[in-house]
Amino acid sequence: MRGCALSYEFDFSFLNDYLPELWHGIWLTLGMTVVSIVPGFALGTGCAVGRLYGPPWVQRLVTIYVEGIRNTPLIIQVFWLFFGLAVLQVRVGPFPAAVIALVINVGAYTAEIMRAGLQSIPKGQLEAAACLALKPSQSLWSVQIPQAVERVYPALVSQFVLMMLATSIMSQISAEELTGVAYMIQSFTFRGFEVYLVIAGIYLVMSCLLRLTLLGVAQVSFPRRRRLGTPL
Amino acid sequence: MNIAASPQRATEIQNMTRSDTPLVRFQGVRKSFGELEVLKGIDLEVKSGEVVALIGRSGSGKSTALRCVNGLERINAGELTVCGRTLHDGKVDLRDLRQDVGIVFQSYNLFPHLTVEQNVTLAPRKVHRIGAKEARELSDQVLAQVGLSDKAKNYPEQLSGGQQQRVAIARSLAMRPKLILFDEVTSALDPELTGEVLRVIAKLAAEGMTMMLVTHEMAFARSVADQIVFMHQGRIWESGKGDMLEDPQTPELRQFVGNGL
Repeated sequence: MRGCALSYEFDFSFLNDYLPELWHGIWLTLGMTVVSIVPGFALGTGCAVGRLYGPPWVQRLVTIYVEGIRNTPLIIQVFWLFFGLAVLQVRVGPFPAAVIALVINVGAYTAEIMRAGLQSIPKGQLEAAACLALKPSQSLWSVQIPQAVERVYPALVSQFVLMMLATSIMSQISAEELTGVAYMIQSFTFRGFEVYLVIAGIYLVMSCLLRLTLLGVAQVSFPRRRRLGTPL
Repeated sequence: MNIAASPQRATEIQNMTRSDTPLVRFQGVRKSFGELEVLKGIDLEVKSGEVVALIGRSGSGKSTALRCVNGLERINAGELTVCGRTLHDGKVDLRDLRQDVGIVFQSYNLFPHLTVEQNVTLAPRKVHRIGAKEARELSDQVLAQVGLSDKAKNYPEQLSGGQQQRVAIARSLAMRPKLILFDEVTSALDPELTGEVLRVIAKLAAEGMTMMLVTHEMAFARSVADQIVFMHQGRIWESGKGDMLEDPQTPELRQFVGNGL
């Protein structure tokens, strides 16, 4: 390939030479994303419920957690966790450390999304559930949370895609995910432009795949929507 | 003639003539929202199998009185006994009470994410812990009672308002309550749909279900209710059998039915 203006010669031969490393990076990125989604969602939902219905001290605690996380950079949280655990003599590998940081981070954002979802449910629903002698926990589990999740699902999907893109800083604690691999390749080949072009393409494909997968999860989880196609 | 000149007199007459314990007994019940006193001393009894219609203007306290019965509103003074439980001492277990007292709302409040069958069986499955097979049978049975056997697999939004309200009645019936409260259940419906809902309620009444209903359907109250209670300014102004509407004793009721008919 020949670029005319800059007479720059594109060289994608690194794709062949570093294929195993690239695959490894892709798997690590996908791995830490997929592993973090379910616990992150559970943590966030728990916090949303705690902030709405918990005793005052729980509400305060959740507020501190949510605002603390949402108002500091992820990379600082990751360092803080990674080195903090080391100080406490807890030995954690880069991958588990990255996952813990992601869960804590996405949990805070999910908490706010789910809080909005729970608050959007008409009061009559809660009244009806209570009048049917359901316990508050049963009402939450069977009436409120399913409706809240369906209502805020698009926002949750965006948040999880953002989280996957945010894993690109994890090489800072030597979790060699895709961006870390890219950095390594370009430092050996000096083909930074090509490398990051390819990496951007890979992220794009992975984001689309993640979105598609989460849409598939919605199809299975929301039978009403599958049948009627209308918003709740 | 059993039209009483005063609410107190009405209660006295009832106490003298009927000895069995009432399912619901209001004695001097008062309820305020902040400064505003909505119920100013209500005395009322509902016996097993009886249908009581609460009528009156908006703001007369009839919905509040109804909502006190299943603990949606807590009373401030007086005594309220429902299905053998006292609601005025703050010790009542509301979940326990609500297994005996169903309620149907003006706005249906069906669970939109669940099918008709799931709406109807959610509480029996969670509260009474019945199994899947039993739940299906229960659903078939109560949906047949409201004439919606063919809608079990539909979602609420696929149904008309009248059908949704009948599902809400079925959902209440599925808990096998001793008493059902109806809070203006036809106010959101056009006359045709109102008719289909009222027919279901009339059928339940004929089957002996105890009911309290807040309604603006005077003709229906007159034909179905054993006792009509006219509320005005937080008090029971007049009460009696259906024919009391034809011979109002107070100018307020005269004006109310005059406007209503």
